[in-house]
Amino acid sequence: MSRAAGLLLLALVSVGCRQDMHDQPKYSPLEKSGFFADRRASRPIPAGSVARGLLKDDTRFHTGMVNNRPITEMPVPVTAELLKRGQERFNIYCVPCHDATGSGEGMIVRRGMKRPTSYHTERLRTAPVGYFYDVITNGYGAMYDYSAQIEPADRWAIVAYIRVLQRAQSGTINDVPPDQVSSIKPAGGSL
Amino acid sequence: MAQVFHYSTNTLARASVVIALVLVGGGLWILLAIGRTSYITQQEVVREQPVPFSHSHHVGGLGIDCRYCHTSVENAAFANVPPTKTCMNCHSQIWTGAPMLEPVRSSFRTGESLEWTRVHDLPDYVYFNHSIHLKKGVGCETCHGRVDQMPLMFQQNSLLMEWCLDCHRNPQQYVRPREELFTMGYKPPNGNQAALGEKLVADYKIQSLTSCSVCHR
Ligand code: HEC
Ligand code: HEC
Ligand code: HEC
Ligand code: HEC
Ligand code: HEC
Ligand code: HEC
Repeated sequence: MSRAAGLLLLALVSVGCRQDMHDQPKYSPLEKSGFFADRRASRPIPAGSVARGLLKDDTRFHTGMVNNRPITEMPVPVTAELLKRGQERFNIYCVPCHDATGSGEGMIVRRGMKRPTSYHTERLRTAPVGYFYDVITNGYGAMYDYSAQIEPADRWAIVAYIRVLQRAQSGTINDVPPDQVSSIKPAGGSL
Repeated sequence: MAQVFHYSTNTLARASVVIALVLVGGGLWILLAIGRTSYITQQEVVREQPVPFSHSHHVGGLGIDCRYCHTSVENAAFANVPPTKTCMNCHSQIWTGAPMLEPVRSSFRTGESLEWTRVHDLPDYVYFNHSIHLKKGVGCETCHGRVDQMPLMFQQNSLLMEWCLDCHRNPQQYVRPREELFTMGYKPPNGNQAALGEKLVADYKIQSLTSCSVCHR
């Protein structure tokens, strides 16, 4: 009997003493800190600091502006890869409000968000690429900025993809390469 | 001189060896079993949060991608929990009067952090990295379960070493194509994981990593 009780005690004791190496005296990301006044172990970046290699010296690339005017040419080469990346990022960050075609009827808008202007209006179709980059970076009216969520290179990928969406609105079957027509034509139907 | 021990004590002596073994073995078994209970692993224990944030509404209902909030999960060890500003992208306009969201609004006004309660927490002596798992085709759902059906977050799996190793020994049973990493309710084509798994392990050059220093470094 006492042996059984002893074992049970051993079991309980050894279960209880797991914490020593579990919580080592070091900080994990976003952990609470008893040392700093704001209780954040992940320290905010001091204003004006520049990480090595991340100096924003290319104003065209980093602001989309030259002399306070939005640039009209993409600062990066437009490749099929860039467009694919842009599509993926657009679907993550923009579709909730702007919807998959950019007409501004996304799920969040249907739940009460202000309805954004469609990308297919004359004003936005003719807006320069730098303007879209600026909206993502600094926000616009009721839309908050996405600079913390999206890297500059990805912002340009999204801008390029917005151009694809705009072009697609006026697309016809004649724009499709002949060898791919069969893959989009509905079976038995006509376009 | 008369015999001190009766003949039957021979049997008793043998039996006591067996009983001792059973007790020691049973004790060890109890130890291991206790270590696997959800009391220790915190499996499926729902946590109180400062705001009752629902993945089931935001992911399942509204269809928001994991990466909208957990932005660093593809590139870093740590899958970040979103800052208050991310919530305000929408909640500056949606449910602006809801008392439930007051902690979010006051955090945005004052700049103080929202203090979410951690749900998954490996011991500090284990190294874990999200990005490698995504690059090699392990989806969120495989480890975190049907997040899109969780009104409040809980830990789907035990996170015990045996759980990690089960997959590290046989990754082909769990991997999926990279396009499906964020899909919830994913099913392999034709239900044939065996064939797909073999192919992906070859395509993504997936190794079976079981040496101790992979996770204990
Ligand atoms: C949470 C909802 C939401 C998301 C997500 C969102 N937007 Fe917007 N966006 C809006 C709203 C609302 C407006 C209209 C703002 C206004 O008129 O006050 C808008 C307007 C715009 C405009 C038009 C500005 C103009 O001149 O009319 C552009 C361009 C734009 N957004 C681009 C983007 C891009 C690119 C993304 C993805 C990185 C994105 N938005 C993500 C809500 C959103
Ligand atoms: C609208 C923003 C948002 C989206 C989208 C989102 N999450 Fe979360 N997630 C959060 C917040 C906020 C928390 C912290 C509160 C909590 O634990 O519920 C969290 C917590 C988690 C946790 C637990 C973290 C811990 O403390 O251990 C996991 C796992 C998780 N999310 C997975 C996912 C997955 C998988 C998806 C996509 C299917 C997803 N999330 C989509 C905001 C989001
Ligand atoms: C992309 C837009 C978006 C983002 C980002 C977002 N929410 Fe929401 N949230 C909504 C919408 C829309 C609803 C209303 C849900 C409905 O109508 O089904 C909602 C509802 C809620 C509710 C009410 C209860 C519920 O689940 O329905 C809470 C609480 C909430 N959100 C918390 C948060 C927190 C905390 C964050 C930041 C981590 C966040 N939300 C980020 C769009 C968003
Ligand atoms: C191989 C299994 C695995 C996969 C796949 C996985 N996670 Fe995790 N996740 C974990 C583990 C284990 C932890 C606990 C990490 C710790 O305590 O250090 C965790 C923690 C988290 C956290 C809390 C913050 C952190 O990093 O500690 C979030 C948020 C999260 N995961 C989201 C996601 C999302 C979103 C995905 C899909 C893109 C995902 N996870 C895929 C195993 C996984
Ligand atoms: C569902 C499958 C699965 C689960 C569960 C899983 N892993 Fe992995 N893990 C993988 C795969 C696949 C790789 C990539 C192997 C390769 O490099 O080819 C990997 C790689 C790793 C690496 C190597 C990273 C590097 O930089 O070398 C670490 C560390 C790791 N896993 C830790 C863990 C830990 C800790 C757990 C449990 C908490 C876990 N994993 C659970 C599938 C899994
Ligand atoms: C795939 C990742 C992985 C590998 C490989 C791995 N471990 Fe672990 N190990 C873990 C995790 C995760 C835990 C924490 C389990 C827990 O939360 O109790 C752990 C815990 C432990 C513990 C503490 C046990 C306890 O219950 O507290 C020991 C001891 C250990 N590992 C030894 C080893 C040895 C020896 C090897 C090599 C043969 C090894 N590990 C390989 C992931 C791993």
